[in-house]
Amino acid sequence: MKVGIIRFPGSNCDRDVFHVLGLVGCEGEYIWWNQRDLSKFDAIVIPGGFSYGDYLRAGAIAAITPVIDGIKEVVKEDKPVLGICNGAQILAEVGLVPGVFTLNENAQFICKWEEMEVKTTRSPFTRLYKKGETIKMPIAHGEGRYYNPHIDDLKDQDQVVLSFVGNNPNGSIEGITGVCDLDGRVCAVMPHPERASESILGSDDGIKFFKGMVNY
Amino acid sequence: MTLTVEEMEYIKNELGRDPNPLEYGMLDIMFSEHCSYKSSRPVLALFPTKGEKVIIGPGDDAGIVDLTEDLALVMGMESHNHPSAIEPYGGAGTGIGGIIRDIISMGAMPVALLDSLRFGPLEDQRSRYLFEYAVKGISDYGNQVGVPTVGGEVEFHENYRLNPLVNVVCAGLVRKDSIIRGIAPNVGDVFVLMGGRTGRDGIHGVTFASEELTSSSELESRPAVQVADPFTKKQVMEATLEALEEIDIQGLKDLGGGGLTCCISEMAAKGGNGALMELSKVPLREEGMTPYEIMLSESQERMVFVVKPGDVEILLAIFQKYELSYAVIGEVTDDGLMVVTREGEVMAELPCELLADPPLVEREAREPVRDDEYVELVDSSADEALLALLSSLNIASKKWVYRQFDHEVQIRTVVKPGDDAAVLRVDQERGFTLTTDCNNIHCYLDPYHGGAGAVAEAIRNVVAMGSEPLCMVDCLNFGNPEKPEVFWQFKECVQGMSDLAHRFNLPVISGNVSFYNETEGVTVNPSPVVGVAGVMDLKDIRTTPFKNEGDVIILIGHTHPELDGSAYHKTMHGVMQGKAPQVDIEAEYQSAQAVLDLVKNDDQGSITALHDLSNGGLGVALAEMALEGGLGAVVDLSSVPGNLDMTPIQVLFSESHSRYLLTVQEGSAHEVITHLTGNGVPTASIGRVEGKMLVIDQAGLTINVEELKNAYQGAVEKFMS
Repeated sequence: MKVGIIRFPGSNCDRDVFHVLGLVGCEGEYIWWNQRDLSKFDAIVIPGGFSYGDYLRAGAIAAITPVIDGIKEVVKEDKPVLGICNGAQILAEVGLVPGVFTLNENAQFICKWEEMEVKTTRSPFTRLYKKGETIKMPIAHGEGRYYNPHIDDLKDQDQVVLSFVGNNPNGSIEGITGVCDLDGRVCAVMPHPERASESILGSDDGIKFFKGMVNY
Repeated sequence: MTLTVEEMEYIKNELGRDPNPLEYGMLDIMFSEHCSYKSSRPVLALFPTKGEKVIIGPGDDAGIVDLTEDLALVMGMESHNHPSAIEPYGGAGTGIGGIIRDIISMGAMPVALLDSLRFGPLEDQRSRYLFEYAVKGISDYGNQVGVPTVGGEVEFHENYRLNPLVNVVCAGLVRKDSIIRGIAPNVGDVFVLMGGRTGRDGIHGVTFASEELTSSSELESRPAVQVADPFTKKQVMEATLEALEEIDIQGLKDLGGGGLTCCISEMAAKGGNGALMELSKVPLREEGMTPYEIMLSESQERMVFVVKPGDVEILLAIFQKYELSYAVIGEVTDDGLMVVTREGEVMAELPCELLADPPLVEREAREPVRDDEYVELVDSSADEALLALLSSLNIASKKWVYRQFDHEVQIRTVVKPGDDAAVLRVDQERGFTLTTDCNNIHCYLDPYHGGAGAVAEAIRNVVAMGSEPLCMVDCLNFGNPEKPEVFWQFKECVQGMSDLAHRFNLPVISGNVSFYNETEGVTVNPSPVVGVAGVMDLKDIRTTPFKNEGDVIILIGHTHPELDGSAYHKTMHGVMQGKAPQVDIEAEYQSAQAVLDLVKNDDQGSITALHDLSNGGLGVALAEMALEGGLGAVVDLSSVPGNLDMTPIQVLFSESHSRYLLTVQEGSAHEVITHLTGNGVPTASIGRVEGKMLVIDQAGLTINVEELKNAYQGAVEKFMS
């Protein structure tokens, strides 16, 4: 399975995602932001970082690059797309997932391990979890507070992927920290599953995100 | 201008003429303390710098030691004190930028940062402002660049109020066959300048760093603080790593203090060559810059590559991809001269050796006269003292700081911030540890033992993770070296550090000296900050928290009545005088070896927790193990090895060196103690892990673990939110 890892100037979790894709037997390949044709890939990951230095606001500039057209094509072909952290912000900015990720409530960058609940298992990235399962993954962001004025629609359509348990570090609405599109194949999460994919790093709860994508 | 009369005489003699104004500016920068180490070099010669693991020692942008079959560890340390005092956000950020560039310059991938911060008390509004924005500067910069900030330390003290210290360690990994140096070895190779454009910022940054600050510095010297641009830095880093993959780079150096003048002349001098440089080629950020400004600018995010002419095209294509500005600005020549031209007209012509190797300055050293009479103090209640110490800012949790730093990126961080040292993995079996340390009060009271103690404590931190010390870097922060008392402190500190490092065969592979940390008559306490790296098998990791009820608590090392200069004296009595704890070098070595020996042979995992003793002594160390593990302990002070004639307060809060605490599973405790005492290591069982209270009868101390936790957490937050 060939997975494209999108690289913007300022991406910084690209190598980490590459490493974890290797652990689940996927072939990762980096894609520079100016590429438009992503048809040879079976899935796409937009890794975290600070694309274009988060100038203007997180994800705003990445959202108008040629590679986004390619990603939209991939979505049309019903292939899975995962955005992590800055990748999630970009997917929201583009409108491929609903809502926005904005400045943390305390206006500071927060790096911390948190517990979160898997709210839906219909996404390829969460299909190997149990619904309602609590998992542990780290967050690391300054603009991760999820907001969506149509929160009821979101829940009715089963588009909430992850929500914090016990603690809401960034002030997200109802603690939501991962959402998906209507059919669940485009998934945007603020926590870093690739940082929680080997027990030596503190947890391997996150690796099912990648395992679930394989042979979906 | 800072050149002395003697230096001007020397220059005129060497040149056989007066330097022109541009040449004068170039020489001024290269003769500054910051670039030349003219006062410190003879003293630094005391350090051990060789060893079978050392690949590159001091003198390059960073040092390199052998780590695994294929990989080497690169390490450097830098200060950005004066810029952070003037403009904390940009000052701290560019400090990180500078040391990251030093690591990249060796051909390495930067993999970890540690920040060593010293600020005035947070009760003071200006100190809060400086601290908040320095931390924010580090956060915004380090996080963007994608290098995890995995550790460091923070001290607060009145005399850092106007002159805070911001020191940064950066570590990198490089394949041993891919190491690059800051050298221009071949005549005919070309210099390619890449990265940010050259602007008017940072001009005289190094001369500004080589003078005392004054109350008007904030207004006058803001232009000397460089502008931080982490986004460009990330691009520079990625482009450099790609260039290292693609072509055979001959030399590489970042532009830091001293700008183009320093970078080009040092590379040429190191290669025994000369350099010809054309000013009109340099990509500029603003119009109308003079040759003087271009040669002295310290604009950030710039690197100079030395490559064979045939490789230029490939190199430029890479820079184009990353949308960085670049230009071929000159070539390596054989005449040993640094020639600067503008449109072909010679503007400066100076021997590279003259620029890169200024004459040393012999400074007078004189022991200061000080009132260091011991003061008789009444013992506080132990309960009260322990809680006060845990919530004192120098000991309390620094979560408020490290929460703002991405310490996970690059997925190497096995032991996260908050333990004795950070542990990073190299692969699935091997790892390395990193820590920084210094106790400024100890150094003030006794620079020799304070200096030795800084190295000792850093070593203990690394050993307390179960890892073997591998190498050391340092950042020596002192006042004005032209004052004999300050220079005496400097010499004593270095002597102490060096004596301890020699005993451990611990090579000093890189470092930085920051003098002139004085503002309006206040000199900072001598602050020789030490960074130590250790190497380890990941299976040997031992962490601080208590793990299981019933485990036996074992104390290694003698406790002496050494409360002077302690956190207890400062916190409970506001006293910082007397005789600092003395480092017994042999005992320090013996304790460390004993601990390493135990851990290496502990295949059963019977050693369940390990922690070193430092600030706050035994009392604070026990409390930290308890509150982190959520488990209490019952402790008996009567068997603590050392002087029998001590009060419980002395035993609990003495800051004697050479000590470690560990917990051992009950079944193995006897064997461990017999083994250690048999080897002549002072060892005793002092209690066991039990319940939810820390109970020390002799001290009349009974405190709930939750209460310990509450005291330890949230102290910094109270001031910063």
